[in-house]
Amino acid sequence: MGEESQFDAIVVGAGPAGLACAYLLAKAGKAVLVIERGDAPGAKNVTGGRIYAYALNLLDKDLLDDAAWERKVSHEEIMIIDGNRSITMDYHDPSLTEGDESLQSYTILRAVFDQWLADKAEEMGAMVVCGIRVDDLIQREGRVVGVIAGEDEMYAEIVIAADGVNSLMAQKAGLISDIKKETVGVGVKEVIELPAKTIEERFKLNQNQGSARMILGCTQGIHGGGFLYTNQESISLGCVFMPQEIVQHGKQVHDIFQELKMHPAVYPLIQDGETVEYSAHLVSEAGYRGMPAKLYKEGLLLVGDSAGLVINTGYSIRGMDLALLSGIAAARAILGESDLSQIGPAYLAELEKICLLPTMRLSVGYNQLLDIPRIYSNYPQLAIGVMQRLYKVDGQIPQNLKKQVMEAINESGLTVWQMLKDGLKGVRSI
Amino acid sequence: MSIRIMEAAELLSLNKFNIDEEQAHIVLDKEICSRCQDKPCLLVCPAVLYRLDKNGDISFDYAGCLECGTCRVMCINRGIIKWEYPRGTFGINYRYG
Repeated sequence: MGEESQFDAIVVGAGPAGLACAYLLAKAGKAVLVIERGDAPGAKNVTGGRIYAYALNLLDKDLLDDAAWERKVSHEEIMIIDGNRSITMDYHDPSLTEGDESLQSYTILRAVFDQWLADKAEEMGAMVVCGIRVDDLIQREGRVVGVIAGEDEMYAEIVIAADGVNSLMAQKAGLISDIKKETVGVGVKEVIELPAKTIEERFKLNQNQGSARMILGCTQGIHGGGFLYTNQESISLGCVFMPQEIVQHGKQVHDIFQELKMHPAVYPLIQDGETVEYSAHLVSEAGYRGMPAKLYKEGLLLVGDSAGLVINTGYSIRGMDLALLSGIAAARAILGESDLSQIGPAYLAELEKICLLPTMRLSVGYNQLLDIPRIYSNYPQLAIGVMQRLYKVDGQIPQNLKKQVMEAINESGLTVWQMLKDGLKGVRSI
Repeated sequence: MSIRIMEAAELLSLNKFNIDEEQAHIVLDKEICSRCQDKPCLLVCPAVLYRLDKNGDISFDYAGCLECGTCRVMCINRGIIKWEYPRGTFGINYRYG
């Protein structure tokens, strides 16, 4: 540690990225300070959400034993909505819940999970201080040497910006400018309490097992989608929208989401429940394209949401596992590189090694696919239009199937030409 | 209480807030806001905290802010002249998240 430095590392933000980094640094005997502005870890954080266990296993396999999970995901579901009609696909596979723990995924609530992970980091020797907002970075000759919080200045060999999607630290460091509106979605969520038994009955779940559901077509044509995750004794129901399209649509985020709650296919899943919290958060939606051009500067590393590490494929969303991975990569770089000026490049190398950057690069195609506006209205309408015709029995002579599908295509406002183009784009991009 | 469409204010009343009575973390320039034709804040704030008053001016109540930052991203005419996170311990305190 240099003369002036009070800590080997200061981590700004007690989410999964920052805490994973702090955990490993403290475990290796480093003096680590984690500063969190919320009253407790997780107090400012929101997830859909589900976390993939492999990342926690990579952090420390012992953590899998008593992690603060809600339910182990046994059912992967996709719901398509058009008007008051819907289709639900439910993929169930015993291997989702049996065998290798590290290949499974779990629903979580962040106020619970982040507090648990912070406790684990503290057990390793990290100091986690809550209720303090970091206001600025201390920079000398282009190098970050510490942070300012109110009247206090704290110095460290390295600062880890784990302050989330609205990363003020990355902005202060000059690594990102203002967030571009095309790169983020606004997510809203209600946590709705229901007895465990009711949840298990409604979703056909075994005890402690859960479902993860993505909902397409519930955003009134706006680029975005809904989600539903079963927790132990609650349901997380939410929606993400591109804010720019909200403005064009002319309807409030809140109103569109409230209508989803009352949808005839959604309401029976949550009825008799009690809403206990309403939350909102920005979600990085641009994948690899939205990442800052540089993830470090001398004395500073960006991890997790601050680095734009989110992958949305349309059928699943990954963020928290990537956050953990980036925290692990940051810790490995710090521990493995004695030359302070080389930690940044070492961090990038670790991000490659841990497969995070290669995975982010692959996500570009999904983003191109999700840019097709027809995915949010015309295609859901087409899928449901086809279903409607398949299941209609009225005693008349049925039309041949091809004709019925053509009818559904016309009704959805699509053209065969457009579908071919979109299909080709789809195949090419993923 | 069963599931129904709820007003934003009622939803916010379910949350735990520690309100900073001394300092607003978001401040608007009413002049700029009154000239703003788009007023995206009226639609994109999930907590519906931006409202038009009788004179057509934007009023904003920072007390129920969920700190998502959507208004900051969408405020193209820069009527938001200050957007900070609330001071330590203040603001929203998610119990579930």
